[in-house]
Amino acid sequence: MTLTLPEASTRLRVVAVVAAAALLAGVAITYTVRAVHRAEPIASDSEFALDRGHLYFRSTQEGAGRVARVPTSSTTATTHRTPNGPSCERFYAAGGTGLCLLRRPGIPPKSYAVVLDKNLREKRRVALTGIPNRARVSASGRMLSWTMFATGDSYAGGSSSFSTRTSILDTRTGYLIKNMEEIPLTVDGRRYHSPDVNYWGVTFARDDNRFYATVSTKGRTYLVEGDMRKWSARALRKNVECPSLSPDNTRIAFKKRVRDGTKNPWRLYVLDLRTMREHPLADPRSVDDQAAWLDDDTLAYALPGREGRKQDIWTARADGTGHPNLRVPGGSSPAAVR
Amino acid sequence: MYLATTDAVATAAKRGRTRRPRTRGRVTGPVLALGAVSLVTDISSEMVAAVLPLYFVLGLGLSPLAFGFLDGLYNGATAVVRLLGGYAADRGGRHKLVAGSGYLLSALSRLGLLLAGGATAGIGAAIAADRLGKGVRTAPRDALISLSSPPDGLGRAFGVHRAMDTTGALLGPLAAFALLWITADAYDAVFVVSFCFGLFGVLLLVAFVPGRAALPGVGPSAGTSAASAARARALPRPRPRKALTLLRVPAFRRVCAAAALLGAATVGDAFLYLLLQRRLDFAESYFPLLPLGTAAVYLLLAVPAGRLADRVGRRVPFVAGHGALLVAYLLLLLPTGGRPLLVGVLLALGVFYAATDGVLMALATPCLPADRRASGMAVLQTGQALSRLVAAAGFGAAWTLWGIGAALTCAVLALTVAVAGAAALLRPTEGRPVAAGETPQEQPAPTTPPEGTA
Repeated sequence: MTLTLPEASTRLRVVAVVAAAALLAGVAITYTVRAVHRAEPIASDSEFALDRGHLYFRSTQEGAGRVARVPTSSTTATTHRTPNGPSCERFYAAGGTGLCLLRRPGIPPKSYAVVLDKNLREKRRVALTGIPNRARVSASGRMLSWTMFATGDSYAGGSSSFSTRTSILDTRTGYLIKNMEEIPLTVDGRRYHSPDVNYWGVTFARDDNRFYATVSTKGRTYLVEGDMRKWSARALRKNVECPSLSPDNTRIAFKKRVRDGTKNPWRLYVLDLRTMREHPLADPRSVDDQAAWLDDDTLAYALPGREGRKQDIWTARADGTGHPNLRVPGGSSPAAVR
Repeated sequence: MYLATTDAVATAAKRGRTRRPRTRGRVTGPVLALGAVSLVTDISSEMVAAVLPLYFVLGLGLSPLAFGFLDGLYNGATAVVRLLGGYAADRGGRHKLVAGSGYLLSALSRLGLLLAGGATAGIGAAIAADRLGKGVRTAPRDALISLSSPPDGLGRAFGVHRAMDTTGALLGPLAAFALLWITADAYDAVFVVSFCFGLFGVLLLVAFVPGRAALPGVGPSAGTSAASAARARALPRPRPRKALTLLRVPAFRRVCAAAALLGAATVGDAFLYLLLQRRLDFAESYFPLLPLGTAAVYLLLAVPAGRLADRVGRRVPFVAGHGALLVAYLLLLLPTGGRPLLVGVLLALGVFYAATDGVLMALATPCLPADRRASGMAVLQTGQALSRLVAAAGFGAAWTLWGIGAALTCAVLALTVAVAGAAALLRPTEGRPVAAGETPQEQPAPTTPPEGTA
């Protein structure tokens, strides 16, 4: 390193550092200005409504960051999409209600869960912390649930583990459970107490009372069945994440951990609630998503994109037969409005 | 009596005293330069730390699990790197070179993030490079601060450095969020601006921090004559294993034991913020700002705490600072709620950092010979970091097993015992309080560790 510099005069060193600072500031400002120019404006008004027979998703291509839709009837990847719905990081819709998790810049950046009506206009907004992760609406459109990832704060001394916060909102009564982790939980017939419980990926049954979710504690994950009125939950089965209840309420699609570590850890499975038997889907790839049922036979889910796209939506048959099918290139957060 | 010691700083200060009667109250140029380097570097690194989880999960659409894994992966490795950094700096007094390499590596890691694109392996390598750089530079930097300051102004010097450092840590996330705001989430702009700040920090270091020629007693030194240079080269070089033999110096061993003991009763800020979050009920989006409150208190009080340490002896604020941490635990245990709880805990945490972080380095300095100072500081910092890791794990386990009330009660008891133990351990290290203008009563450090280790 330049250990000879101290001999240079102070004036020379000051001039050199000021010149270097000016150069670096120039680089930083130029790059930032360019980034400002290529930024797409955030828009929240939607150019379409929630209509039956459409597959809604978050686009990562044309109109990136905004919801788009394609007709459910056409099953090819080349179908023209209708862009320019609301801006969301995660989206779901059912029964005339949309749920949009979004982030707004600021210091610090803020996150919101926005309840949308049938015309995809804002009805209610809930302020949140963390990174949007999962969103679900019950078939009737009444019950909403979402999951946020909270990150270990950099100031907080290097605690890097992620934790989740899952909320449930009853749109009929307006009752909001900000963090469901206090719900009385039963594991193996016993009341379970542990401060490290984390819930995520809630899915509601048709009666808007029963629900399923994942709970994680002490390094294990369980499928839990919950009851809104009684406000209690019990663990049903180990190694189930992000459950998604089929429209006929008989099966649960979920991601199962098939490998330790972080390399391709998951695979999508379907569990039959009557026999409690499970089978894998035909897609062997690692899926980190809460799958969405397009109908009683078909599941949609996001995977890392091909050909430079961020994410793609694939479909597969729920009975485990056939082949995975690329449905929407450049999309995530699939939700079929039936 | 100073002739009996080779503590370079003491010698230098004595030399300085003939020119200017008072050294306390003055912060030397190198300390201010290092403070500026840390300020700029912390802006750079905290910018990236604040946006990295967002970038990984939302920007790239990768699994949070993978990020948690990458982020936690290298935390253990930094302990070893820190010891190596201290050792390398002591070899021939290359503090500036070693610290500079660390700063440069961290700055370059921002470009690595930019070039990695969405590749997890590339991002992992960039995170590793950043951690490596941070581990390598810390001990040489603190040694440089101590070597560039008069012995009776060490507390103040470290206070000034820590205040500047914390200012950078405060500004970094704000700058990053502002950038994301105006560019609508252009993470690459954050990385580029962070790189520019990082490189500027390196340039500041190169231009304004003295190299070994200007450091007393560590390399071919103050005399600048060929003879003294040759003599310095002829001295036996410290070996890495020998860093631990510094623990045979009784005064240093006591400081290390006290720091480790107190570290083992420090449960970690993350837990305290989590507890605050559970106890308080206000707009959730402001929770990420809680640590900013602590940092603000820290930066305001770092200099006064350092000056106090210089005046009344460094063990006093160091032990009392842990008393402030005890107050934070107690506040969380008591039924107080709302604003008094919030303000009280943030204030207590800020006081804790201001009174302990830089002060510990000032406390250890007189026990370490100049040519082993970076190694010694690395040993001390590593020991403290490891004992804090153990404490965090233990507190987490106690919380899981017995619930939060019992775990906090344990933490209060452990910290009470540790504070008493540390007060007893540190009693002989520094003598009676030093009156203004008087020669400090710190023990002169031995040239070499006791018999059999030299």
